[in-house]
Parts: sequence; structure tokens; C-alpha cells
Amino acid sequence: MAATEKPPVSGSGSVALDGLLTWIDQRFPLISTWKAHLAEYYAPKNFNFWYYFGSLAMLVLAIQIVTGIFLTMNYKPDANLAFASVEYIMREVPGGWIIRYMHSTGASAFFICVYLHMFRALLYGSHRKPRELMWIFGVLIYLCLMAEAFFGYLLPWGQMSYWGAQVIINLFSAIPLIGPDLSLWIRGDYVISDATLNRFFALHVIAIPLVLLGLVMAHLLALHEVGSNNPDGIEIKKHKDANGVPLDGIPFHPYYTVKDILGVVVFMIVFAFIVFFAPEMGGYFLEYNNFVPADPLQTPAHIAPVWYFTPYYSILRAVPPLFNSQFPGVVAMGVSVMVLFVLPWLDRGAVRSIRYRGTHFKGALAAFVIVFLVLGYLGTEPITVWGQFGAWLGNADRATVAARICTVIYFLFFILMPWYTKVDKTKPEPERVTH
Amino acid sequence: MSDDKRLNKTRRNLVIATCAAGGAASVAAAVPFAASWMPSERAKAGGAAVEADISKLEPGQIMTVEWRSKPVWIVRRTKEMLDGLASVDSKVSDPASDVPMQPEYAKNEYRSIKPEVLVLVGICSHLGCSPQSKPAEAKAEMGADWVGGFFCPCHGSKFDLAGRVYKGAPAPVNLEVPKYTYLSDNRILIGEDKKGA
Repeated sequence: MAATEKPPVSGSGSVALDGLLTWIDQRFPLISTWKAHLAEYYAPKNFNFWYYFGSLAMLVLAIQIVTGIFLTMNYKPDANLAFASVEYIMREVPGGWIIRYMHSTGASAFFICVYLHMFRALLYGSHRKPRELMWIFGVLIYLCLMAEAFFGYLLPWGQMSYWGAQVIINLFSAIPLIGPDLSLWIRGDYVISDATLNRFFALHVIAIPLVLLGLVMAHLLALHEVGSNNPDGIEIKKHKDANGVPLDGIPFHPYYTVKDILGVVVFMIVFAFIVFFAPEMGGYFLEYNNFVPADPLQTPAHIAPVWYFTPYYSILRAVPPLFNSQFPGVVAMGVSVMVLFVLPWLDRGAVRSIRYRGTHFKGALAAFVIVFLVLGYLGTEPITVWGQFGAWLGNADRATVAARICTVIYFLFFILMPWYTKVDKTKPEPERVTH
Repeated sequence: MSDDKRLNKTRRNLVIATCAAGGAASVAAAVPFAASWMPSERAKAGGAAVEADISKLEPGQIMTVEWRSKPVWIVRRTKEMLDGLASVDSKVSDPASDVPMQPEYAKNEYRSIKPEVLVLVGICSHLGCSPQSKPAEAKAEMGADWVGGFFCPCHGSKFDLAGRVYKGAPAPVNLEVPKYTYLSDNRILIGEDKKGA
């Protein structure tokens, strides 16, 4: 009998509990899973502030799923009812407003956590061998998140929902040959309509979340296979004690569960503050135009995506049309995201962590962060925001010129990476982690 | 048998054939799901041609007709408006309408069947926003040499009173002239011409 081959569970402090756990463990890999992923998963002992954002992203995922489920109980995915049903949630459903604000704030919080989490990877080389596949799962998660945000943004059926979706779906029209038919297929109508809203609802509440959960699982399994990187970017598995435990590793539970709970508490304070006092975040988390019902015959004066898409939107706007087609801009925008997939192979640095990298990488990363933020800012504003240059520059919009320069630097960060990471004068890495 | 290392080719071919058949069946099974995303019969009916009565449209006036939920503008252009078109030929990127954004019968200097009546889909050729009408009087906003036209608030594209895009605008091509035909002097059918939809 297989059930008797496993040793009984002991040490829970209660005979009855020991018995229950033994009964379960002989039918389900309870203790081995607990050990492999928590109690005996050894993480480097020098994690710092940047290591909060992975677990916080999971927390936000949980918030989004729970609040999302409750929102579907009152939301109506129907072009004639959707806008009013959101108003109904906000004004008449008891507690509806807080559930919706948690969901809308959660969307932005998700991107904040994920951007910081990805930046952490860049800082400490967490995308480098042998963690390439984990990085790829991460980029896929990021893509799912973008899809999730885009589909979800149509659901309130406000002006920004409608016209934002119009702009994004028309990006597909720019694809040569199949473009117009492809965008017709996506919309299911000649314009964005009830058919579009209904399918976006289905994708937003079930299709993408299922894929997202699968990818998060794959991301974590890959992490636990190769082990966590750390701020020194060195492998803790190189120095193990007699039992095969890394000398610089500490069990994830209880050490990092406790640390992450501190992060959760601080995060929840900030999150609650936004939900209660600034859910619109000055028009960045919830755009004011979206408080007006969708009107296919009236375009809002200024269409801007929500802040987390604006760097890519700026790149789209910055690329001028070529051969009477805006396809080059669409390609540039697509490539600006897809290039992340090959990042592990572009980076040829002798060391992983920024602590031991030379000036080339530090300068390139700083430039990248600056242009990403500038592009992000410009994407929220009309192209006339900084006025025009004089006649000597053909009266060009200053913001467009700035966005073009930033776009070039954005791509140079990746294109030149194999070169500047290789010639960089790196410092020697330590044998053991430092604090 | 398990200790027989030799490849059983018949068995392998059967496995390949089974996988191929299963794969083909899976693709075939996906067809109805993908097809369900195409416009429904109801959506197609909603996209049918619409009729517009322009008898009450005064010279210089613009009216908007909804076709496929898109705004279609009908402008009865005055003589000054038509004369203004030639003056911006050097400022628009496709003055002769070489890019096929209009039916053949509207490929002329006024981009219309009758010179004075302009029929235009009011959706920017850039990313699908709806431009605003800016008459020649809007010089304060549009510049001293503005002769009237349309301005897209999304990304700043400018169009003249024939829907031709100004150079330097993000919109790559002129505004679309839909298929249309005159049922009588004052009745226009939009979305269909003599050749059909």
C-alpha cells in the first residue's frame, strides 16, 4: 500500500492535527509541496526593497480577481446598459463604489508593481542565464496584463473606453493586406459595437485571467527550479553546507513570508489611501472623459491611453507615416514591447548585478529610465504640449521632436546592448552575498 | 517489446498519421469559434446603405448622417470654398487624390460627384477619431492662412474642404469618400452606388 510508505506527519503540536495531516499527506503531496516551495525553498538572504514587487503583484492579482468577480455580479456587458450599470454599482449597490475603486486602482497598482519588478530584473540581471525562461514567462504575463487592461477599459463604455478602443483596434487596420478584415473580425461589426463589448467582456473576465494564472504558475515553477537571483547577481548554490543547503540561503518561510507581509501592510496603506481619497489620481487612473457615455459620433478633444500604455503610445505617434501608411509606427510600437523577449540574449555583461557593472551599463540604464518616463509623460499629453519650434525647424512640434529622440534612445538601449555590456569595465563579483 | 531498441516504422507512421489527423481535426474544430467573431447577420443588416435628403442644406452648411455608426458629412460648398481648394494644393500631401480613398467617380479636384456637394466619412484616416469642422472664420485657432476644413483633435491632423490631408499631419492619407449615388437631385444614397455596395 502506497499510503503506508510515507512517514506519518508529526510536530504540529496536536495529535489530532498530526493525524489529519498524515491522512492528507498520504493521499496528496502536502508536506513535499510545502517544503519544496516554502519551508525548504532557500532564497538568498540579501533581498532588499526591490524584492517586494513580485509578491505584491500577486497580491494585486488576487485583489483584481476578487473585486472583478463581485463587479460582474452587477455589471451588464450590453452597449445600452453598460454605462448605466457602472453608475448603478457606484451609486446604488452597497459597497459597490469601493469594490469598483479597488478594481480600477488595482489595475494601475498592477502595472506599478510589474514595472518595478521588471526594473529590478534589469538592475540585478535577473533575466540572465539560467533565468531566461522565467523572464519570458514574465514578459508573457506583462502582455496578458496589457490585454487584460485594454479589454477591461472598454467595459465602462465611456467616451475614453470607446475611442481608446477605436484607436487600438485601428492599429490592426494598418497591417498591409489583411488589416481591414482583421479589425472587422476583432470588432465583429463595422464599428465598435455591442458585439465588441460582449466579446471583450468574455476575454476580460475569463479567457485572459485563465491564461494569466497559468503563466504566473509557470513563472513561479521556473523560479523555484533555478532559484532566486539576488542584488549581488551571484549564485548562492555555489556554496552549500553538508546538507546541500546554500550557505547564503534562508528558508522562504518564515523569513520572506514575514518580510513580504511587511510589504503588504505598507502597500495596503498606500492602496487604501488612493481608493478612499484619490481614486481618479488626477485623471491618470480614471480619465475624466470616461465619465461621459460612449458616443460614436463625437470624438473627445484629446484621446490619451491610461498612463501605463503611454510610453508605447508615444512611440506610435513619434514614427512618421511611410508610403502613405502608418504601419511603421505600429511596427515600432509592437517591436518596442516584443524586444523584451530577447533581452536575456542581448545582455553580454560579465556580471549580472548593477553593483559590479561599469559606467556603460549604468549610463545606458539611466538613459533608458529617463526616456521611458519622458515618453510616458508625452503620451498623456497632446503633441502641442510644449509648443512649436521656430521656422528654422519647420515649426515642428517640440513634443514630437522630443518623442522621436526618446524613441531612438529607447531602441538604442536594446540594439547597442550586446556591445556596451561586453566592453563595460566590470568590477569583480564577491564569492558570497553582501549586505 | 521494451528491450527491442529497433524502430517500429509502421507504428511510428501510425503515430504521425494519428497526430496529423488529430491536428487537422483540432484546426477544423476552431473554425466555428473563429467564424463566430465575424459580423453577425444583424450587424451586416445594420451596415446597409442609408439615404440622406439634402434639400434643406444651405450653401456653406454641413450635415451629418450616420452610416455604419460612422459620421458621414455632407457639405454644400460655396463658390469661395471651392475656389479655396486650389489655393491649398501645395500644402496637402495628395492634391490629386492618387491614393484610392474615394470611388473612381470622386477622383477629381473636388473629390465629389457634383462639385458643390461633398460627401465624406468623418473619421480620421490616422486612428479613427472624428475630426471637427473648422470654417475659414477659425483663423485665430488654425492660422492666418486657413481657408476652412477639418481638424482632428486627437493627433492634430488637418484636412481641407475636400478632405485632403495637410502635409506634416500624422494622418497618412485623405479622408475617405464613401460610395454614394444620387437617387434624385436632393436624395443621396450613402454606402452604395450603381455598381452595388
